[in-house]
Amino acid sequence: MTPVNASLKSDVSSSPDWEKIRADFPILQLKIEGKPLAYLDNAASSQMPQQVIDRLVRYQTTQHANINRAVHYLSEVATLEYHNARCKLQQFINAREDREVIFTSGTTDSINLVMHGYGRKFIKAGDEIILTTLEHHSNIVPWQMLANEKGATIRVVPINDKGELDIDEYEKLFNERTKFVGLIHVSNALGTINPIKGMIDFAHRHGVPVLIDGAQAAPHITIDVQALDCDFYTFSAHKLCGPTGIGILYGKAALLEAMQPFKGGGDMITSVTFEKTIYNTIPHKFEAGTPPIAAAIGFGAAVDYLTAIGIEQIAAYELGLLEYATACLNDIPGVRIIGTAAEKTAVISFAIDGIHPHDIGTILNQDGVAVRTGHHCAQPVMQRFNVPATSRASFAFYNKKTEVDALVAGIKTVQKIFL
Amino acid sequence: MHTNSLYQEVILDHNRKPRNYGKLDHASHHATGHNPLCGDRLDITLQLEDDQINSIAFQGESCAICKASASMMTAAVKGKSRANAETLIHEFRELATGKLDTNQPHHLGRLTVFSGIRDLPTRVKCAILPWHTLHAALNSLDSASTEADDSAPAMPNHS
Repeated sequence: MTPVNASLKSDVSSSPDWEKIRADFPILQLKIEGKPLAYLDNAASSQMPQQVIDRLVRYQTTQHANINRAVHYLSEVATLEYHNARCKLQQFINAREDREVIFTSGTTDSINLVMHGYGRKFIKAGDEIILTTLEHHSNIVPWQMLANEKGATIRVVPINDKGELDIDEYEKLFNERTKFVGLIHVSNALGTINPIKGMIDFAHRHGVPVLIDGAQAAPHITIDVQALDCDFYTFSAHKLCGPTGIGILYGKAALLEAMQPFKGGGDMITSVTFEKTIYNTIPHKFEAGTPPIAAAIGFGAAVDYLTAIGIEQIAAYELGLLEYATACLNDIPGVRIIGTAAEKTAVISFAIDGIHPHDIGTILNQDGVAVRTGHHCAQPVMQRFNVPATSRASFAFYNKKTEVDALVAGIKTVQKIFL
Repeated sequence: MHTNSLYQEVILDHNRKPRNYGKLDHASHHATGHNPLCGDRLDITLQLEDDQINSIAFQGESCAICKASASMMTAAVKGKSRANAETLIHEFRELATGKLDTNQPHHLGRLTVFSGIRDLPTRVKCAILPWHTLHAALNSLDSASTEADDSAPAMPNHS
């Protein structure tokens, strides 16, 4: 046992070859307006390494058929590979059982599934749902739809000037009417990492289930759903170097079994007559119709890729970029960083005095620098900081310091044009 | 195209010192325009007398492209008849979406400074929002949205 542990330890302490890893991403070789692409919009969507692209090609060229149906060779291979992808995701989040992992079209779809499957069955008039100011619209709008339908109420956890949740206020919101908590793990607009473990434990002491929107967390933080003890956890593949159109919803088996189906159709049934349909077991109960098989298999390849590098190695490298970029931006007069939480992922939202984010984004693009500008589907956060929109640079492990330098140079160009 | 050819001095100047900025106290027509993609909004108030725009003002939160477009628009339509204003609205939409042949006679004058916007599909709506909003005001609609029209151009072919 000792030699194995020792070799594992030495693997963890040795730093990956980040230049070599960057070379895995063909799209990063692009030139935009004649300048090298500096892709700093990873919180919106990450890029795909050759390994995942190759996996998609291999599936489409040698393994494709519909799953869970025919007895021919391709159908069996595709079914097995789809199942393997589910098991990879199960391991990635340390779920107890593979049937607790449901493939959805992404985080938004997952939250809607919980709203319809759990919310519409168990939330009643007068009940209260707790959300936070940091939520993405995808974890606000479905619950508003439910609240309007049922006559339930939404209570909102405020944030402080750094963009951190006010935990005292969170705890004060609980009462006997509280029936559900929806909580973003990492803020997409600000990068704030929320102390979800304590918040989940507190909710459970009141018997309230918690859904975690992990779209921005899963690429940067090791997720252990058993240790967190969350009731639901969801994220999308395309922020984890995987394809668009696929994500997962983790749910505790007992909850998933108690829920009603979201979508009806093929695969989610055991038997159908015009008098009565008997639903399939989980996870199939929630996967009506032919799923995006290729995307699911690509998702599995993407988590293999990230796991091989190591999420903790990734987080440490990205933290270095964040600290460098934060120092650089703080040095530019007229630039204000919005969201200065003590615990952050590599996301920097910023404002430049007197200049609209859309003008910033267009001019940065001229230098090949891709940032997100807008309200980031988080208008309550924008309202809290009294800005209509921000510019946001979000870093991945394949970014490098020279790309931060390109951002800084671009910001200075913006300021010069608008002088 | 080169972005600097979009952020020309005339646009930067109208952004810095917008003309006709504010709100008319006794407007006969008004409308609010929204660009839901960025959250920008724009209010237009105008005084129409004998079918002629006697005075017009705009105010709102927006980017430089939108603000300069609004400022130059108000300067261009002031004193014009409703029909002439509608012609300008039509021509400006065509210009911004790359459908206007600027070699043919038109009435846009200096507004052709916005012709470069056609190469930036995500910004076309910024330039057009004031014109949508003016159209809504002239037609006694309360609001306009950049998402409620078919003016969005096809994506350019980046090779």
